[in-house]
Amino acid sequence: MSQPVFLGIDLGASRTKVALLDSSKNLIGRAVQNSGTNYTRTAEVCLEAALEMAGAGMDDIVAGIGTGYGRSNVPFVGDTKTEIACHGKGCFHYFPHAVSIIDIGGQDNKIIKLSDAGLRTEFKMNRKCAAGTGAFLEEMSLRLNIPLEAMNDQAKQSTEMVKLGSYCTVFSGTEVLENIRNGKKVEDIVKGLFFSVIKRVLEMDSLSENVVMTGGVVAHNPYLVSMAEEIIGRSISVPPYPQFSGAIGAALFAMNLN
Amino acid sequence: MAEEKKVVRKVIETSKDMGRFMKDYYYELNEAATTGSRKIAWCTSVGPTELLRAMGFLVYFPETHGAMLGSTRTATDMIPAANALGYSPEICSYLTADVGAYLNKFTPLSKAYPGIETVPKPDVLVFNTNQCRDVQDWFAYYAREYNVPMIGIHTNRSVTDVNDPIVDDVAKQIENLVKPLEEISGNPFDMDKFKEVVGLSRQCSDRWKDVLETTTAKPSPMTFFDSSTLMGPAVVGRGTQIAVELYEKLLAELKDKVAKKDAAVEGERFRIYWDGMPVWGRLSAHSKLFAGLKANVLASTYCSSWIFTALEADDPFRSMARAYTELFIVRSDDYKEQYIKDKLERFGIDGIIYHDARTCPNNSNCRYGMVKRVEALSGVPSLTIDGDLCDMRCVSDEQTKTKVEAFIEQLDELKG
Repeated sequence: MSQPVFLGIDLGASRTKVALLDSSKNLIGRAVQNSGTNYTRTAEVCLEAALEMAGAGMDDIVAGIGTGYGRSNVPFVGDTKTEIACHGKGCFHYFPHAVSIIDIGGQDNKIIKLSDAGLRTEFKMNRKCAAGTGAFLEEMSLRLNIPLEAMNDQAKQSTEMVKLGSYCTVFSGTEVLENIRNGKKVEDIVKGLFFSVIKRVLEMDSLSENVVMTGGVVAHNPYLVSMAEEIIGRSISVPPYPQFSGAIGAALFAMNLN
Repeated sequence: MAEEKKVVRKVIETSKDMGRFMKDYYYELNEAATTGSRKIAWCTSVGPTELLRAMGFLVYFPETHGAMLGSTRTATDMIPAANALGYSPEICSYLTADVGAYLNKFTPLSKAYPGIETVPKPDVLVFNTNQCRDVQDWFAYYAREYNVPMIGIHTNRSVTDVNDPIVDDVAKQIENLVKPLEEISGNPFDMDKFKEVVGLSRQCSDRWKDVLETTTAKPSPMTFFDSSTLMGPAVVGRGTQIAVELYEKLLAELKDKVAKKDAAVEGERFRIYWDGMPVWGRLSAHSKLFAGLKANVLASTYCSSWIFTALEADDPFRSMARAYTELFIVRSDDYKEQYIKDKLERFGIDGIIYHDARTCPNNSNCRYGMVKRVEALSGVPSLTIDGDLCDMRCVSDEQTKTKVEAFIEQLDELKG
C-alpha cells in the first residue's frame, strides 16, 4: 500500500545511513553501509534497501534531506543540513527536553546542547584530529588484530584496565604495542582504548543535566555508554537507533520542507 | 541533488587603487635595494615606522611578505625548510614561511611584480615586541644572515591601563633608536619632519577607522575579507600622504554604498565578528562560504589593529609609545573582553568566529577561556574554528565548512 515517506540520508565519512519515516514520524525503513568512494552509488544502494524494508517505492518519497560529510553528493534530496542540526533534531524527537548530545562518529565527535524547545544553544566538534573518534578504534583494531565488532565484548571482560596517556591516535598505537610487549592482556588494553575515547570526547565541553549518546561507535559498543556513565556519575540515554540519529533528524527536516 | 550555491563577490573599486599603491611601493623598494639609492629599514607591522620614515628610510614589512606567502598558498611549501633549520612548526608561520622562502630563494613578489627577484636587502632591522616575541627572533635571524644591525622596542604586555610609567618607558626606548638610526642612515634627526610624518600617520589611522566604521551600516558595504586586503596601505604606507588620500577615496566609495544600501553580501541576514588572524590561503573561499549563507563577517579585531587614535604630531615620541601600546594584542584579558563586547554592540553582531591559529597564540583569543567569558558578558554565541594564518597543514576545509554552516543554522534558529 502506497504511503507518504520522508527520507533522510546521512552520508558520513565512514558509513552511509538512510532513514525513512512515515507521516507519523515512525521509522519504517533504514539501511547502513560503508560510504566507500562512490557516494552516489552508495546512497542509491542504501536507499533501495531502506525502501524494501519499508515496503515503499521511490514514488512514495515526498521529500528528502541530505546530511553528513558527503551531503552535497547525495542524490534524491531537495536540500542539505549539517549533521549538527540533524543529530540535534533526531535526538530531540526521542528526548524532547534540554539535553547535551554526545555523538561519536567515524571521523568527527560532537557535543551538541539543546534547549527545552529543542533549539541548539551550543556545539563543539573535535579539532583536526582523530583522537576519540571511530577511526581511532578502527586503527587500534588493526594494531591488535581483532575485529572491530569484537572489541565491545573484549572490553567487558577486562579486570585491570590499561591506561593510555597519548592524545594522538598514531602514538596511542605505539603505546598499545608497548603494553603488548609488556605482557598486558588484550581485553585490558581494549578497555583502556574505550576509556581513551570517552575521555577525549568528554574533555571537549561541559555537559548539562540530561545526556544522550548517539553515533555508530556507541551503537556497536554499548560498553562505552556505561563507561561514560561511570565517569560523569549519572545515567545516559541512548535513542533506539543511535547510528541513525542524523538520518532520522534529516528525515524530520524533510517533513518541514513539505 | 542539492546544488552548491554559486557566490559572486562584489568588487570595491578603490581596491584597484590599493593594488597600484602596493605595486608602486614594492617597485620603489626594489629600485632602492638594487641601486643603493635609499637606505632600507625592515620594520615589524606595528613598529616605529614613523621614525624610520622621518629618518629617510624606505620601510619594508616582512609580516606583509608572510601574509603574501599565505595568500598565494606558497607558505606551506616554504615552512619545512625553516623547520629543518631548527624553527619549530608550532611558532609563527609568518616567520617560518618567510625564512623558508629566503632559504629557497623564493618570493611571491616576483610573480606579482615582474622584475623583482628578491625582497629588498635591509640596512637595519627594527622590531617592536608589541605583536609577540616571534618578531624579534625573526629579525634576529636576518640580522645574522645579512650582517646588519637589529634594534628595537620591548613593549610591556598584558596591559590594562596604558599609564604614564609605561608610556614613558616605551617613549624612551623609541628616542634611544634615534642615534643608531642617524648613524645608519647618515641623516640627522629632524623633529619637524618627524612631527609631519606622525601627523600623516594619525590622519591615515583616522581615515582607516572611518572606513571600518562604515560597516556599522545595515547592510554593511564591506566584509572582513575585503578589509583584510584593503588595509595594506594602513600597514605599509602610514606616515605618507598617498595612504591618507587612498582611504579618503575608499571612504567616499563606501559611504556611497551605504547611502544606496548596496550590500557587500546580498540579502545580509547575519552579522558576524571575526577574532584573530585571517586564514590567508582561504580568504576567498571563506568569503564565499559566509556570503553563500547570507552571513557578512564585517568587523574584526585584526583589521582594527591599525587604528592609532593616540598619535599626536605635537608629541610624537610619547604619542607613538601610547598608540603602539594601546593595541588590542598588548592588553590584558579584562580589557580585551570589554573591547570585544563593545564591538559586538557597536556593529550589531549576531555571532562571533574565533580563529584558533595554530602558530599564532598571541592572536588566538580562544585558548584561555575567553570565549565563555565573552559569551557570558555579551550573550552573543560563538564558534571556534581551527586553522592557521599561513600553514595550510593546520586547516581542515570540510570541518570548517561544517562548523560554519552549523553555526549559521544555529543563529537562524535563534532568530526564529
